[in-house]
Amino acid sequence: MKSVLGFAGLIAFALAGAITPADAQQPKRGGTLNFAISAETPHYDCHGSETYATLHFSAPFYSTLVRFNLKKFPEIEGDLAESWTIAPDLMTYTFKLHQNVKFHDGTPLTSNDVKATYDRMRAPAKGVVSPRQATFADIGTIETPDANTVVFKMKAVNASMIEHFASPWNCIYSAKDLAADPNSPRTKINGTGPYVFGEHVKGSHVTGRRNDNYFKKGLPYLDGFRGVFTLQAAAMLNAVQGGQLLGEFRGISPAERDRLVAAMGDKIRIEEESWTLNLLVAFNVEKKPFDDVRVRKALLMSIDRWGGSAGLSKISTLRSVGGLIRPGSPLATPPEELMKLPGYSKNMAASRAEARKLLTEAGVPNLKFVLHNRNLAQPYTPAGIFLVDQWRQIGVTADHKQYDTAPYLATLNSGNYEVAIDFSNLFMDDSTLSLAKYLSFDRSPQNLSRAIDRELDKLYDAHVRERDVGKRKAMIQAFERRVFEQAYQQPILWWHRIVPTHKVLMGWDMSPSHNLGAQLETVWLNQ
Amino acid sequence: MTAITSSAPTAPTSAARPRGVIRDFINQQPLGALSFVVILSMTIAGIFSEWVSPYDPLHIDFAAILQPPSWEHWAGTDAYGRDIFSRIIYGARTALVISLTSSFLGSTIGAILGIASAYFGGWIDDWIQRFMDILLAFPIIVLALVVVAALKTAVLFGIDINLIVAVAIPIIPRVCRVVRAAALTIRVMPYVDAARAAGYSDSRIIFRHMAPNVVAPYLIMFTAFMAQAILLEASLSFLGLGVTEPTPAWGLMLSGNAADFYREAPWMILFPGLAISLAVFAFNLFGDSLRDYLDPRFKV
Repeated sequence: MKSVLGFAGLIAFALAGAITPADAQQPKRGGTLNFAISAETPHYDCHGSETYATLHFSAPFYSTLVRFNLKKFPEIEGDLAESWTIAPDLMTYTFKLHQNVKFHDGTPLTSNDVKATYDRMRAPAKGVVSPRQATFADIGTIETPDANTVVFKMKAVNASMIEHFASPWNCIYSAKDLAADPNSPRTKINGTGPYVFGEHVKGSHVTGRRNDNYFKKGLPYLDGFRGVFTLQAAAMLNAVQGGQLLGEFRGISPAERDRLVAAMGDKIRIEEESWTLNLLVAFNVEKKPFDDVRVRKALLMSIDRWGGSAGLSKISTLRSVGGLIRPGSPLATPPEELMKLPGYSKNMAASRAEARKLLTEAGVPNLKFVLHNRNLAQPYTPAGIFLVDQWRQIGVTADHKQYDTAPYLATLNSGNYEVAIDFSNLFMDDSTLSLAKYLSFDRSPQNLSRAIDRELDKLYDAHVRERDVGKRKAMIQAFERRVFEQAYQQPILWWHRIVPTHKVLMGWDMSPSHNLGAQLETVWLNQ
Repeated sequence: MTAITSSAPTAPTSAARPRGVIRDFINQQPLGALSFVVILSMTIAGIFSEWVSPYDPLHIDFAAILQPPSWEHWAGTDAYGRDIFSRIIYGARTALVISLTSSFLGSTIGAILGIASAYFGGWIDDWIQRFMDILLAFPIIVLALVVVAALKTAVLFGIDINLIVAVAIPIIPRVCRVVRAAALTIRVMPYVDAARAAGYSDSRIIFRHMAPNVVAPYLIMFTAFMAQAILLEASLSFLGLGVTEPTPAWGLMLSGNAADFYREAPWMILFPGLAISLAVFAFNLFGDSLRDYLDPRFKV
């Protein structure tokens, strides 16, 4: 009897194994993915952008050299690169490109296109915006020995260079297009990605259709996609709940998650992870009185991050208290060390008394200024409301001004602000990326404090070359201490990512960054 | 030789004593008087918010998030633990300042254009009225949205001037039409002809002799559009184009976190909604009562 039952069980197991998982996970071709993008990109250029709104719009049309494997994050896998080798001294990176890759306009991709792309990012022509210029400053030369080989020769060791090559912002552009107009990617899309650009109706949507000449055979699975700009969270939630949109890949708040789960039950899939993203407050040192470190420090010292974390995490995507590196990641400063730095004290009464004293010494006891912020409900508005309240407690009045994404970024880029809520939009935990934002303004245009601090530059450069993890960690903490003691900018709180997708949406991988996985190459619909 | 002296022909005006007028109004329009009390209460609450409201409307208290109405918090608290009743009281200030200034601006410009249009007639009348037709072609909220989006924000003394302009512009053509109709009947009155014959300037005739006689429709429109302006400001704030957080404003209180939490905390939308309804109802009722009281046709 036992053997009969065992045999039957074996057959049942074999059948289940043979039918259920394989069939359930076998990707189906066809269908159009409708998804939400809760901000509209100001332009199409991946290189010149820092907002996910550009990537969620443009990434499906482009390829990168290598990318992160989201199933085994932070492992790297090839995209345009079929294979690559790294010299043991980390001074040479050689990439072999896939054969027969074509741009959407029909021209073949060669190593020259890769070179032109990286030249644009590391040494941008006049008028070209490249926020990641500092990241590629260690590249000495880029050689193209043949049409399918690119060799990067470094000026100096950068221990994290391969991770930087995997950045989702490094969309490969056509050398021909860049020669005609270095700024053409801002308004024109011509990539090698899985989807061909369809249309962009401002204020409404972007569409893409399957690239039938895509170099990865059998991909993408979808016929196309439609990214709908849903600036109002309520509209997005209604559309997801109603099935008009199948997901929102940036992240929603805990309250929004609860609403979707309550309304949709097992039809909705919720994935959560800590986020490589923080909101930070930046003081423009070119504007008075923010050229005075006492004023900047006082404003940081009045913010109760620990209390804010407990409250804001219930109503927004803001959650963890952290320094410049994502809290909980291997290189992050532990909380007990963090509490010794300005702006992280738990004794708020003493901290605020000290802040008031500093403001009085600086001659601005009743300081008033405009706090520039982005007009996005999550989590910019809660962060703005929180800061205004925190500063009121030391007699400071901040007039909270919120803008749509394009004017917000234009204001920040113009330097026409005193204090701004900025974001550090990372795609990995590596410190060479996390700290680059805080380098001197002439090296890092993303530094909204616009400060020039050679001490910070020196610390950063030394840590980039350091391969010993322990020494590197000490250098990161020294860098962090310098940033906070000079009070140029400081993270308010780190985010927590909650992504809702309909269960029919398959092949999309969750990661700690909303900048990753936007290509939609392996996404398919199980319907 | 007899010296000819010209004395200015004056328009007929009502000279009733104020106290008598008020008593008369209360007797004839008790509901109007009641709505006036509501408006007056709102005004007092708005002016003296600092003393009237039990809490600081901007103070965040994470320990008191989404508290239901209680003796401590009469209208409960919002997602930041802020006292909703205090925010409604301060919101009255925002609503009144914006509605009063925008309604005054829109009604006054509309009235001046309406009188000028009726007085001059001819091509001036045609041009003004065609322009008003264009403005009237847009629904109020759409026109306000276009204006506020085009003008961005310009804050002066904590008030967004462009928001006031955005709310005022849709009022102009509506008041212009009504006042023009009233002014057309006044234009042919003998005292206007007499003023013309006496050689008075156009501006003097318009402002001294015609304007006082369209005060009744002007006042009625002004109060009626106060209600419209409150709704418009609330709508724009709800859509994220009006007042920004953390400024207390009724429309704004209905959007943002209220949309996320209205199921668990219905008081977040109930009380600001009631405040808007009450204010709009009071202004509409007062406007109607004023019309009934001032328009002699309703007394027949």
